Amino acid sequence: MNIESLTHVTGEWLKGTGPESDIVMSSRVRLARNLAHYPFVSRASEQDRVEIDRFLRERIATAPVGKGLEYIDVGHLEEIDRQLLVERQLISREHAEAQGARGVAIDGREQVSLMINEEDHLRIQCMHSGLDLRGVWDQIRLVDDEIGRVVPYAFHERWGYLTACPTNVGTGIRVSVMLHLPALVITRQIDKVFRSLHKISLAVRGLYGEGSQAMGDFYQISNQTTLGRTEEELVEQVGDVVPVLIDYERRAREFLVRETQQNVHDQVSRAFGILRTAQTITAEETMQLLSRVRMGVLLGLIGDVNIADINSLLVRTQPAHLQKIRGVELDTKDRNIERARYLRQHFEGAEPAPN
Amino acid sequence: MKCQQCDKQAVFHITELETGEVRELHLCEDHARTYLSQSESGGPPDDGGPGTGLSGPLTVGQTADELAVLDKKACDMCGITFFEFRNQGRLGCPHDYVHFEKELEPLISNIHGSTRHTGRRPDRAGGPLPEATEELTAVIGLRRSMQEAIACEDYEQAREIRDEIRRIEDRWLADSPA
Repeated sequence: MNIESLTHVTGEWLKGTGPESDIVMSSRVRLARNLAHYPFVSRASEQDRVEIDRFLRERIATAPVGKGLEYIDVGHLEEIDRQLLVERQLISREHAEAQGARGVAIDGREQVSLMINEEDHLRIQCMHSGLDLRGVWDQIRLVDDEIGRVVPYAFHERWGYLTACPTNVGTGIRVSVMLHLPALVITRQIDKVFRSLHKISLAVRGLYGEGSQAMGDFYQISNQTTLGRTEEELVEQVGDVVPVLIDYERRAREFLVRETQQNVHDQVSRAFGILRTAQTITAEETMQLLSRVRMGVLLGLIGDVNIADINSLLVRTQPAHLQKIRGVELDTKDRNIERARYLRQHFEGAEPAPN
Repeated sequence: MKCQQCDKQAVFHITELETGEVRELHLCEDHARTYLSQSESGGPPDDGGPGTGLSGPLTVGQTADELAVLDKKACDMCGITFFEFRNQGRLGCPHDYVHFEKELEPLISNIHGSTRHTGRRPDRAGGPLPEATEELTAVIGLRRSMQEAIACEDYEQAREIRDEIRRIEDRWLADSPA
């Protein structure tokens, strides 16, 4: 696959389509699977890893799903290309930074990605734009079935699918939705929401997955337990809470417009102003401001900009994307200058809606 | 509540789980520190003579010994010790779930609130999966033995092991109709 070509398309999770896509960015399910006849990745020798990688690639190629997949040898990619795949959520940060033979297979729509030799031998991921956990589950189930027919998964009668970390054992499933919750952040209700999610054993993470801080009011909600409940039950556990969160966020947005119209209009207009005029800007600040502008567009406070456009900027202003688009490698300082220039060019002509 | 060792307030409440026995300890900060350092180092108690109270019913050394034995327990396929697993938080191979089943059970129960999978099963034409997994994980141990035989220049032994690996792989890894 030509990595460069990825920078010209938006990718599934930022399409800004699908149900509830004003709040739900994407729905995702991943399954952790391992081969029975090799040690887990952290204990595998380099030769083992090479063999695992080859075995999985060859077998998966014989399955129907394999036909539509393109394999990328992550171990031999430049750092910037690995970073690009992370920014597009096609591989994890851990996978990008690991050592040894490893890869990823991606379908043309960037919905399915198979990571080979991440923490587990195989991590199957499926992602749709907007709220569509049911659709994601139906798709990944078929992919898993097809691969399971040609690959001997490590499976135990009592423990289910065997994984490198006992926190994933059983179903090996992680169901997650990424939500944009700016109004809950502004009205300071977000912590309360998180505390209640923890109580029902759901995990909350920032945009770029494990351990990272929430950037730009984007949050990922996912299940924490994987054993003792069926996959459908776990999909439901996450799915059931999403309408509640959507409702909270909508009400908070209505409250902002009703009670603090001038304030919120001022905030989003200033954010938009900075994005259109800044001479140097970090990725973090860009994300934060785009988040506010995104909300402003949805509340009808900013015209001439559409959501898909903002979504695409969210990823294209990330460090690796920016450098790929500009075709040069830049240090942090030059990237900030280039990012500001890119944003100014992009927003040329866009005007705030008259109040 | 008073410390079981002196008149100070008990601030540490420790529950020791040992084979078929639950023991509760209520200790002040000083005595708790002494107790915990003994459990960890595995050494005999400093003041373990009669009359200290800790020596008799608590059998501190035994707990530490048991832990030391458990830590040395190694998987016969991938060779990972329980100590290595505790340190890294990652298991060595699928067979660890069988080999360390007793030790992992409370841990898994704690994480998931359950100790039994109720979800999907792989749909493989080649044969029943749990059985295949058990036979295939043996290959992990056989590969290690083969390397050892080669290192000792016992090529006949290495060849026999290789044939055994092939036999298992031929049985379970043959291309199944997709």
